[in-house]
Amino acid sequence: MKKRRKRIAYHVLTLLGGILMIYPLLWMVFSSLKDTTTIFTTASQLLPEKVTFENYAKGWQGFSKITFGTFIRNTLFVAFAATILTVLSSALVAYGLARLKYRGRNVVFALVLLTMMLPGEIMMIPQYLWYNKLGWINTYLPMILPYGFAIQGFFVYQMKNFIEGLPRELDEAAKIDGCSYYTIFLRIILPLLKPAMGTVAIFSFINRWNDYMSPLLYLKTIPNYTVSLALKLFCDQSSTSDYGAMFAMSVVSLIPILLIFVFLQRYLIEGISTQGLKG
Amino acid sequence: MKTKTDQRTGTGERLYRKLMKESTAGLLFSLPFLLGFLFFILIPLLLSLYYSLCKYNIVGKAEFIGMKNYVSIFSDAKFWKSLKVTCFYAVVSVPLRVLFALLVALLLLRDTKATPIYRAMYYLPSLLGASVAVAILWKQVFAYDGLVNAIFGFKTAWLGDADWAIWVLILLSVWQFGSSMLIFVSNLKQIPGTLYDAAKVDGGSGIQNFFRITLPLLSPTIFFNLVMQSINGLMVFAAGQIITGGKPMDTTLFYALYMYNQSFTYNNAGYGSALGWVLIGLVALYTAVLFATKRFWVYEGGL
Repeated sequence: MKKRRKRIAYHVLTLLGGILMIYPLLWMVFSSLKDTTTIFTTASQLLPEKVTFENYAKGWQGFSKITFGTFIRNTLFVAFAATILTVLSSALVAYGLARLKYRGRNVVFALVLLTMMLPGEIMMIPQYLWYNKLGWINTYLPMILPYGFAIQGFFVYQMKNFIEGLPRELDEAAKIDGCSYYTIFLRIILPLLKPAMGTVAIFSFINRWNDYMSPLLYLKTIPNYTVSLALKLFCDQSSTSDYGAMFAMSVVSLIPILLIFVFLQRYLIEGISTQGLKG
Repeated sequence: MKTKTDQRTGTGERLYRKLMKESTAGLLFSLPFLLGFLFFILIPLLLSLYYSLCKYNIVGKAEFIGMKNYVSIFSDAKFWKSLKVTCFYAVVSVPLRVLFALLVALLLLRDTKATPIYRAMYYLPSLLGASVAVAILWKQVFAYDGLVNAIFGFKTAWLGDADWAIWVLILLSVWQFGSSMLIFVSNLKQIPGTLYDAAKVDGGSGIQNFFRITLPLLSPTIFFNLVMQSINGLMVFAAGQIITGGKPMDTTLFYALYMYNQSFTYNNAGYGSALGWVLIGLVALYTAVLFATKRFWVYEGGL
């Protein structure tokens, strides 16, 4: 009896805490379905009296004739391009570090670790000054090209660890069969590396999708905007205009991440809890 | 493979042999990173080091002024203010976040049918937290006619109040404890049950077990979390830029935000670069101190 009561208390407490955690998110979703004039007058009520999708229709129109579809397309393009480049370049470098002996390997590895300790914000001004010199401002180059060079040490490090966990006998056998290091990488390592590449891809995509600082620095014209920058523009303008539309588009901006959360949760949770990836 | 080699002669043969050597292959595989490090990290850093010694507004020509930027930083009241604000933010939010992560991890250690759902609920804010959408949401949650005031009946303009605004941002950070929590859960699960069985035989209580067994074995994870998160805490930018813009009265003027404003709003990219280099120095110093004192508070004896 006492045990049962304790168990119920545990579930009630944990559930209440959980609801408290996600309540603001629920509030955003339900507010986006309310009539925009009633969002703040009925803020204490979660559920709308009448569900309307008008906010979504209005928000989708975007600004100065550029619809939200454009912002989503831009962001998808940047996020996918940067992610593919990250995964491929990190795999190359990780293989070298994990399996091949060469002069300077320790230096390379130390530099990889160093990039892990250099947060993006520290590189904000230096990179801007450099890309400005290169004439890359208001292009997607600063948000895509660097990722083709394995500059995110954390992902390299994760993949290196993964490769080190693969049995070396496979490499040796392939070598005896006459495979070069390049074919070993392509035929043996790359296929086995798929799970690690998948995890890295998920986290890279989320980071690129959410990225706010790079678009803020580098994108200067509205047709080039990504979703996060468009939302900020909404937020700045809506002192005079439409909160409903702002909430609606905020919800839309979270859909890709929620889809990952629903369908790939296992990889997310594994990636964080066993590899300490940030998400 | 073999027939190919046989056909090669002279320089082609030599080049091919060289390419097949382990040392060459290793360097080639590292080449993307080395080029990336040079072009996207080292050159930008050196460039900004040079500009930190200049009067420079990005559009015009840079004018070399020596250490002047660095000298004026130390008499810049806003620099000290932003440093104070940022340190306060990191010192309060990071330990709180780690504490919540640990407490909820202990709560979710129990394996029930509902555990995956609970875990998802506690984790979700941290997954979505980095997005602009959540920053915008937070602004409305704490708006004068927003969610918090509507539910609890307060009459405070949280974001316009110099005493409260920073706490709104701290709360946003603490709310996102989910990913640290997942790390703690997986680490807690790795602690062998035999240790607790042995403690039971010796008559240890639950609280004693926590402080004598759980905490020491978790200390490397806690250390790692504190280091990484406090560095990220010192870098906080987007939340401040979107939610408060540094206002009111610079009480949420984070260091990175001040650096951004100096470089792009006030057109002082030279001064902004100098601020950046001071930050690099501070972070390096901070990390060095943490690692130097690590052995005093991390248990590394293994099991």
